[in-house]
Amino acid sequence: MTAAIEARNLSKTFGGERRWFGRARPPVCAVREVSFRVAAGETLGIVGESGCGKTTLARMLAGLLPPSGGRISVDGKEPRAGAGPWGGLVQYVFQDPLGALNPRKTIRQIMHAPLRHLLGMDAPAREARVAELFDAVNLHLAFLDRYPHEFSGGQAQRIGIARALAANPRIVVLDEPVSALDVSVQAQVLNLLADLRRAYHLTYLLISHDLAVVEAVSDRVAVLYCGAIVELADAAEVFARARHPYTRLLADSAPVPGRPPAAAAPGELPDAPTRGCAFAARCSRADAACRQRAPEPVYTRKENYVRCFRPLETPR
Amino acid sequence: MSGARFAASFAALGALLLRHRLAGLGALVLLVVAALAAAAPLLPLPNPDLTDLANRLQRPGAPGHPLGTDHLGRDLLARLVWGTRLSLAVGVFASLIAALAGSCIGIAAGFFGGRTDNLLMRGIDMLMAFPYILLALAIVAALGPGLLNALYAVAIVNIPFFARSVRGATAAIAHREFVDAARLAGMRNWRIIGGEILPNVAPVITIAMSTTIGWMILETAGLSFLGLGSQPPQADLGSMLGEGRNLLINAPHVSVVPGAMIFVVVVSINLLGDGVRDWLDPRLRAGQLSRPAAVTRIERADAGAAHRPDGALLQVRGLRTRFVSAGARTQYAVNGVDLTVDAGQCLGLIGESGSGKSVTALSLLGLAPSPPAVIGGGRVYLAGEDLLAADFERLRAIRGRRVAYIFQNPMAALHPLMTVGAQLTEAIRCHRRMPRQAALDEALGLLRQVRMPGAAARARQYPHELSGGMRQRVGIALALANAPELVIADEPTTALDVTVQAQILQLLAQLRRERNLALIFVTHDFAVLSQLCDRVAVMYAGRIVESGPTHDILARPAHPYTAGLIRCAPRLGGGRRPAAIPGLPPAADRLPRGCAFAPRCARRREACEAGKVASTRLSAARRVRCLYPLEAA
Amino acid sequence: MRYCLKRLMAVVPVLLGLTVIVFSMLAFLPGDPATAILGPYATPDNVERLNRQLGLDKPPAQQYLIWLGNILQGDFGRSYSLNRPVLDEVLERFSATLVLAGAALLLCTLWGILIGVRCAVAQYGWSDRLLTLAAVAGISVPSFWLGLLAILAFSVHLRWLPASGMFAVYGGGGAADLVRHLILPALTLSVVATGVIARLTRSAMLEVLRQDFVCAARARGIGERRVIYRHAFKAALVTIIPVIGVQAGFVLGGAVYVETVFQWPGVGRMLVQAISTRDIQLVQGGVVVVAASYVLFNLLADLAQHALDPKIKT
Ligand SMILES: Nc1ncnc2c1ncn2[C@@H]1O[C@H](COP(=O)(O)OP(=O)(O)OP(=O)(O)O)[C@@H](O)[C@H]1O
Ligand code: SF4
Ligand code: SF4
Ligand SMILES: [Mg+2]
Repeated sequence: MTAAIEARNLSKTFGGERRWFGRARPPVCAVREVSFRVAAGETLGIVGESGCGKTTLARMLAGLLPPSGGRISVDGKEPRAGAGPWGGLVQYVFQDPLGALNPRKTIRQIMHAPLRHLLGMDAPAREARVAELFDAVNLHLAFLDRYPHEFSGGQAQRIGIARALAANPRIVVLDEPVSALDVSVQAQVLNLLADLRRAYHLTYLLISHDLAVVEAVSDRVAVLYCGAIVELADAAEVFARARHPYTRLLADSAPVPGRPPAAAAPGELPDAPTRGCAFAARCSRADAACRQRAPEPVYTRKENYVRCFRPLETPR
Repeated sequence: MSGARFAASFAALGALLLRHRLAGLGALVLLVVAALAAAAPLLPLPNPDLTDLANRLQRPGAPGHPLGTDHLGRDLLARLVWGTRLSLAVGVFASLIAALAGSCIGIAAGFFGGRTDNLLMRGIDMLMAFPYILLALAIVAALGPGLLNALYAVAIVNIPFFARSVRGATAAIAHREFVDAARLAGMRNWRIIGGEILPNVAPVITIAMSTTIGWMILETAGLSFLGLGSQPPQADLGSMLGEGRNLLINAPHVSVVPGAMIFVVVVSINLLGDGVRDWLDPRLRAGQLSRPAAVTRIERADAGAAHRPDGALLQVRGLRTRFVSAGARTQYAVNGVDLTVDAGQCLGLIGESGSGKSVTALSLLGLAPSPPAVIGGGRVYLAGEDLLAADFERLRAIRGRRVAYIFQNPMAALHPLMTVGAQLTEAIRCHRRMPRQAALDEALGLLRQVRMPGAAARARQYPHELSGGMRQRVGIALALANAPELVIADEPTTALDVTVQAQILQLLAQLRRERNLALIFVTHDFAVLSQLCDRVAVMYAGRIVESGPTHDILARPAHPYTAGLIRCAPRLGGGRRPAAIPGLPPAADRLPRGCAFAPRCARRREACEAGKVASTRLSAARRVRCLYPLEAA
Repeated sequence: MRYCLKRLMAVVPVLLGLTVIVFSMLAFLPGDPATAILGPYATPDNVERLNRQLGLDKPPAQQYLIWLGNILQGDFGRSYSLNRPVLDEVLERFSATLVLAGAALLLCTLWGILIGVRCAVAQYGWSDRLLTLAAVAGISVPSFWLGLLAILAFSVHLRWLPASGMFAVYGGGGAADLVRHLILPALTLSVVATGVIARLTRSAMLEVLRQDFVCAARARGIGERRVIYRHAFKAALVTIIPVIGVQAGFVLGGAVYVETVFQWPGVGRMLVQAISTRDIQLVQGGVVVVAASYVLFNLLADLAQHALDPKIKT
């Protein structure tokens, strides 16, 4: 079976290009050697702290950023040139719901753009399709003639979701879709996303820094540290039975009502990863080997892996 | 833009011109001058180039020559009108050319970035390397004197200004999410530039034009004054001035009058330009560019009525804060908040965004920004003393000394150009006179207390050199600098990553124990709150809807909103779909009359919307503001 | 230190580009460059010498290199109208301009910042309104007109100050004489830049005063004077300094008018004269020297800002 979307050794390096005058800036490796397969209808959650390369990865998957190494295939096919990256097969929901809507266009103009440019629909057909989509995301048709600034974050995010669905995508990349929303509205949007997935047979890549959100919504979870996936496991056990020391640290750090604050590990995300395992400086299990070489993925189940020389064995 | 929106924009512009009387005045003067200049061929004026040596150098007021005549006996009024016409036309054309060329360069550089950007902007840098008018002189030197050449020269000299500001605006927009969205919607580059970028940089281009058109008129006039612009007999205002210069002592009016005309035209253009900028710049428009005062404005409606403070460390009664700005609806952010914090106790203040948590916290010490904030009522007793009645010096002595703040965004709350050590010593010395060295030693001690690795080295660093977690440690050290009794922490961990959040929470818990600190901890996350706080106050639409011991409320919430808030956030290991609260919180400028939660509440009945819902006692420690609470008294 | 070197290196291409632009002025000249440069009354002798000097028979790139080589050796050619080496004339004139522009820059920086800070502190008070209006008037006034008015008022009517020149013709020469001659032109020249700097300082201060760190400083109990004059002003200076660098360009350029009005023997007046006599080599020499010194001044402004703002690393 071909995966809905597959990434193979995906890497992205920023900087380092030659400039016209002056010296080149030192390269920054934002994403390194990321590989995964996501089956149709599956939701892959991607967690990590700020600056670990989540958005860079997401933008590459959506075709908004060319990778500097590795390959992406959708439905087993390479990206094709044409209208829009991936011809609309992969769509994106942005973190900042209002920032994703052009402040000088009406919602109608915004909604019609993908229908017109990707699907080539005529005006009446577009109108009908927009009505259908707005119904699916519980928005009122009267909103169509308004401008983005008239909406709250939650409403704007529904519009963003409706626009993403307009292109008939197979895959939707959700980049922190609820982190800019009010707590009480987050749940509304998460539930809407879950319903839409079923109704439209979508495959999701959900990116978030909130472990609880990722755990609640995903089937499998990839944990990102310094641009690399350090652990890929089923959502039900990734935090409960963490195998990578960093995953364990994350799970212990997440606040849980009633639990006293964890005895926190020192250190923060390093600026420039050193040789060897990127986590070695903060890892209590690190030994000489860890500081020498970067660990390769060790497969635990057929698609799941952990990148660690000395993974935790015992379940909590 | 739809017609209606366009009309609305113009209506707004009209209103603005009325408000900014100076801009209106500028527009009026400019309109009159432009109309006169445009109508020059129709006006009953003598031929401006008709020499009449018999009547040379007539004073103003001479018969037939209201402004007199020049050294060749030409009528000055006629020459003034025609000269103005020429000067205005040249200035407008020059700025159109500069705007067009500069915007094209700026948009190309900003949108495509990389090599294109580098190449174009290096070229612009070269042009900028010349002192302004010198480049114009060089161009005229090459092309030869003449009005048209002067126009080109002035336009070219102004291209860098447009290119730079448009490039900046374009680059900012080209990285916005909606441009990515347009790309995903299948739009190609030229369509994105036309449909997404251009409408958004248009205000920037307009602003740049409104700033430069005055300069350009001045500079073309200047070149003509030097004899490098318009050539006789054709005369613009500058060359009139230049010709009259030699007669300065005998016939000053010949040069003074055209100069005054240039001045009037440029002043009115600049005044109008300032108005246009106010209108187009969203920040200026919201009136946000006003300087917040050192203390929030206090206009207490209930000044007479006093409460009896009891023994609590901090007691807040009926605090009200609103935001009043001209041309916008008043925002009622805090609407009668009651809080009590005992010595050594930790109170968690929880609520959604916009519920008024931060405004409450800032109002306690008069730190809410005024304008636009106004404290409209209530009492804030610190150990029995009403802080809202204290004068500024008294308040200043309490700020940072007895009550200290920790802010959400440590990067923004630290001075970017002062070292960590300097900020700490300053905080110490502003309350306690001591030698610099002693203060520095104390500062290092504080950094160690907040577990700052390598304290001595860090003290010499600037905030941007620290990581997010270390910055917040500095923020905490600053709060602790004078051993306050109460610390108010406004979402101190929201901007941090989970692992760092755990470190900071642990640190706060430890410090609180060691120093017997009282803490008000503002947050929107029940899980975080429950780790630190003894008591919790739940805030909704500017009111406390429920308060009581943390574990009690978490286990058995009484207010439907509290219950919803607890259930709607997914929990790690919870394994369930979060239960959403339907609807949205009410806007702070149109709060409902009755219970603010009523539109979203499943237990709502008629009485809920009829009138104000009072807070009732549920048990000795718990209060709730609900007519039909989930837990009965 | 690394930054200084880097910044210095970055100046080189700018200076090179500057010479390219100045050199390419020749390309725009109508007709045969040598005749255009030397004017219709040039002797064939002179034309031939110039042709050799510029290598006008060679391709343009090579011509440029020859010219660049010459000016790097300090040979800017000969001014045919003055019949002396361009460099000598330019340097002599430029020192007079430096005195005038330096005085004006000092004045406008001082007054501009003072007025701007005063306005921001007293926002919407009457002094703010008045000074803001004065600043608008300042940026709108044509300096050549203002100079004439000043002469009319202070030299012709009141007879307080001299109207022209740098020194009195008879018995002048001392520092006091220079200052007396300097007052009117320097003040006239500084007016526009004062307006610009005052307006910018005002908005920069207001911008800074609403930032979080100002609120945070107040929350620490730091006194209001210190908050405004130390915390806010220091942060605002970061945006003010580059504008002072740009204003140096306006002042240097504006000197052209003021020197013409007050007959100040500076490089600006020299350029205007050279343009009207089509003495192109003199124009080129003057422009290169003034522009290069402006580039260097901006380098200084950059370094000052770097010293102030630790965030600029690259
Ligand atoms: N400077 C201001 N001008 C106008 N209204 C303001 C201003 N600051 C706050 N408000 C209004 O006050 C209300 C409460 O804001 P506040 O910042 O206290 O909310 P909060 O609970 O702290 O939210 P968050 O979780 O986002 O920090 C909001 O409705 C907002 O519109
Ligand atoms: S490889 Fe070594 S250092 Fe890295 S996480 Fe595993 S045990 Fe720790
Ligand atoms: S007062 Fe009524 S509407 Fe308000 S929370 Fe209670 S039950 Fe719901
Ligand atoms: Mg807040």
